[in-house]
Amino acid sequence: MTDVADAGRSPARFRASLTGIGSVGITLFGLILVTFVIGRAMPIDPVMAIVGDHAPPDVIVRVRAELGLDRPLIVQFWIYLQHLAQGDLGRSVLTSNPVTADIARYFPATLELATTAIIIATLIGVPLGVIAAARQGSRFDHAVRIISLTGQSVPIFVLGLMCLVVFWVKLDLLPGTGQQDTLFEGMIPQITGMRVIDAAIVGDWDAFWDALAHLIQPALLLAYFSLSIITRMTRAFMLDALAGEYIVVARAKGLSARRILWRHAFGNITVPLITVVALAYASLLEGAVLTETVFSWPGLGQYLTLSLLNADMNAVLGATLVVGTVYVGLNLLADMAYRLLDPRVR
Amino acid sequence: MTADTTIIKRAWLTTDVPESRSQAALGRLYRDWLKFRANHLAMAGLIAIVLLFALALAAPLLAPYEPSVQDLANRFAEPSAEHWFGTDEVGRDLLSRLLYGGRITLGIVVAITILVAPAGLVIGTVAGYAGGLPDRVLMRVTDIFLAFPRLILALAFVAALKPGITSAVIAIALTAWPPYARLARAETLTFRNADFISAVYLTGASATRIVLRHIAPLCVSSLIVRVTLDMSGIILTAAGLGFLGMGAQPPLPEWGTMIATTRGQILDAWWVPMIPGLAIFVASLAFNLLGDGLRDVLDPKQR
Repeated sequence: MTDVADAGRSPARFRASLTGIGSVGITLFGLILVTFVIGRAMPIDPVMAIVGDHAPPDVIVRVRAELGLDRPLIVQFWIYLQHLAQGDLGRSVLTSNPVTADIARYFPATLELATTAIIIATLIGVPLGVIAAARQGSRFDHAVRIISLTGQSVPIFVLGLMCLVVFWVKLDLLPGTGQQDTLFEGMIPQITGMRVIDAAIVGDWDAFWDALAHLIQPALLLAYFSLSIITRMTRAFMLDALAGEYIVVARAKGLSARRILWRHAFGNITVPLITVVALAYASLLEGAVLTETVFSWPGLGQYLTLSLLNADMNAVLGATLVVGTVYVGLNLLADMAYRLLDPRVR
Repeated sequence: MTADTTIIKRAWLTTDVPESRSQAALGRLYRDWLKFRANHLAMAGLIAIVLLFALALAAPLLAPYEPSVQDLANRFAEPSAEHWFGTDEVGRDLLSRLLYGGRITLGIVVAITILVAPAGLVIGTVAGYAGGLPDRVLMRVTDIFLAFPRLILALAFVAALKPGITSAVIAIALTAWPPYARLARAETLTFRNADFISAVYLTGASATRIVLRHIAPLCVSSLIVRVTLDMSGIILTAAGLGFLGMGAQPPLPEWGTMIATTRGQILDAWWVPMIPGLAIFVASLAFNLLGDGLRDVLDPKQR
């Protein structure tokens, strides 16, 4: 979250930090190494977990050999890399499916949630930031500052629980947990994995509205989380832009205040804003872990938590690796968008 | 203290011609304080943090009950004169647990600051001053750790170690240092070719001495701002770990853990999970407000 602020505040430093695809490759390798080390450092012996405490010694030795755990660490790492290259993340103890298949099933739900959230956050956060900057020091500015500070300070799981009680239980305005009412369970085929879109494709509008109603609450919560960052950064960029000499020129030319604000000032901050939004999107993956737990949203975050609680290491490491990769990928995309759109960087 | 002495003191502090180094330093501190004091929100944050620390430190004196004493006949009691915030799922006094919980949360914050800020400072200044290969290697490692979402890396670490406060502190510390290293390095790069560093070098000072005595102190103020702003994120991550069952373990009165164990009862006794939730919010907001104010004073270019 804080890195988002950093990147936006000083594009030059940000650019220097990501020097292209080559460095991303090294970063990804580091990511794999870290997950591998975490997996080998755990105190739970995977052999004991399979054979039980009272297995005879020869069984333990055999299973250890089958898992390849009797080989040197460097060989184990090489095997791990080979499996990764084939898309093999091992098997989940909990679901007994390949971890890759599990992730493919759970990831679309997270994608649906995070994408909706980032769209809401951008649509609300950017105008708030622009207007706050235009009226710096006004009551509106202070209100926006307090809203965004609150968004950065409130534990998302507490707010989630509160919203569930108020909007679901007390007011009965919105449906509760999950991605869809049990009524529709199994009626919508899994096409994209995103229920709202799947229902629309099939043309089942009852299911569509139900899925949308389920989506809106967790999505709004997640949106609030990134809205505060987007608003703050938009405001800071706008203050910078409005202090520029070209704004004075535009004023002297007699252009309308609205045109100066949106066309001249805002037009110049769109490129760094794209970076901020992309990074905020990446950090939503993190917020999703807690939100999904509160709302029983069947996404990657919930999968990760369940695997954690059951010490299902293959699943934990697989999910960590996937989230980390997406995170790095989004960072790279943000950087590439920056290079592409800002002529000064070329 | 009479009005007379106050005026003399202020004149001494704000003089344009300080007679000693400490007078100049104190004068500067005083002027920063005046600027900071004018920011009401930041002052509110500072007061809240001082209060939180005082309450946590004095928990044994203030808590009306032992935080672990159960009273099964009196479960989920509503807030009353005996139990200001009511009781939890096994009849423990919520106020007492909240006070002791503050020790855990603030303890985590202090522990991580002590672990992470010096480490980031050293890595960043060394990388920045040394340049070349050490710089590239250190910054690459930093990038790798920056590439992970913090909560998720912390979760993976805790899962590999063992759920508990120590693991949570280690895990958060492992994910928290990279931004400080980057910041310290960026600051170092702006000083390393300055004339005063060359002057120190020419007097024969060793690289260690230059980094520790002349460069590192200059990075401290921006680091303080960054650490303060990060505290709220660390509090939220620690509480999130507790909430997911990966942080402090029950029966420890960690705020996030308290919410996790009672979230199922939110309909019957909403205050039991909500009061610790409010405590997390207040602590996190206080650090955000303080950090914001400090940034305005210590680091005006970053506004």
